[in-house]
Amino acid sequence: MKNNPILRVVTKTLFAPIILYGLYVQFHGDFGPGGGFQAGVIIAAAFILYGMVFSLEELKQLAPPRIVHALMAMGALIYTGVGVASFLLGAEFLNYDVLAKYPAKGQHYGILIVEFGVGLTVASTILGLFMAFAGFDIPKNKKPPKRSPSVKPNASVKKRS
Amino acid sequence: MSTLLINISLVSFMLVIALMITFSHRLFAIIVMSGAYSLISAAMFVNLDAVDVAFTEAAVGAGFSTVLFLAAMAWLPAEEKRDKALVILPLIVCFAAGSLLMWAVAYLPALGDPSSVVHQHVAPRYLAESYDILHIPNVVTTVLASYRGFDTLGETIVVFTAGLGVLLILTGKTGRVQNDKANNDIRDEDE
Repeated sequence: MKNNPILRVVTKTLFAPIILYGLYVQFHGDFGPGGGFQAGVIIAAAFILYGMVFSLEELKQLAPPRIVHALMAMGALIYTGVGVASFLLGAEFLNYDVLAKYPAKGQHYGILIVEFGVGLTVASTILGLFMAFAGFDIPKNKKPPKRSPSVKPNASVKKRS
Repeated sequence: MSTLLINISLVSFMLVIALMITFSHRLFAIIVMSGAYSLISAAMFVNLDAVDVAFTEAAVGAGFSTVLFLAAMAWLPAEEKRDKALVILPLIVCFAAGSLLMWAVAYLPALGDPSSVVHQHVAPRYLAESYDILHIPNVVTTVLASYRGFDTLGETIVVFTAGLGVLLILTGKTGRVQNDKANNDIRDEDE
């Protein structure tokens, strides 16, 4: 797909707006439909589109797997961190009231940070899964018992990714 | 009235796609059609005013699952293996389960019925007090992140753990030939 100029130009044009839309869904979730789960998937979709049109290697340069895997844990850590923070400030686990001077303000901060953690985990998990699936290769010494001889897995993976 | 018409057309679309999936033998067509099926169910969720669910269904069901299936399809033959034998028992089970479900549908509360059980528990309290306490217009977000923050933490951990498990299965080091440089995979960061 890399040699198709239409796909290439459209992907490069759409990449930033998709991420912008994902961020809008992420941080506007208090007022409109949306939130961390949806935003995470949308942001991951931008990267997946990039990886499908260009190649898996270029996607790995854009989003190194090591960082993506770290962000998976980071999101869950941010969420739990909010809980621990409210815990340390003298309230129950995940009671956002104490995060700011006024309870309502604290709830706003808490929800925003927690949703950010959810978005981070979802986006990086989906991106990591895509990279693992697209780059999957059965080890040479462990060939599957039955495979149709007409299919060349590596060739088709490369063609698609 | 217009909602009813939209619902009828969407459901008939879904029925047609489901039948096409059943009778198709080409994997590529089946994957693409199940993506279309998800997209139409997303449209149904919009019609039911569940925009958040529609978002998720369109992005995950129609987008991401389709991509994953396509990536997995590279390892499979393009055509489904045809089975000539007539399958009586699965047919009976399908019809029995289907008629059981249709029978159960008759006992469900009407769509959007405010007096049904699910709308009597904590939902009225959330709807009444959440804006006054939290000043956040979207009740879905307040319930998800604040009232039910603990559940959402669990969901996030589930997503993380599931992703971790799949990554370990797909990119684990066991049985890998170390000096094989021919293929580009996640080995880079393993080393």
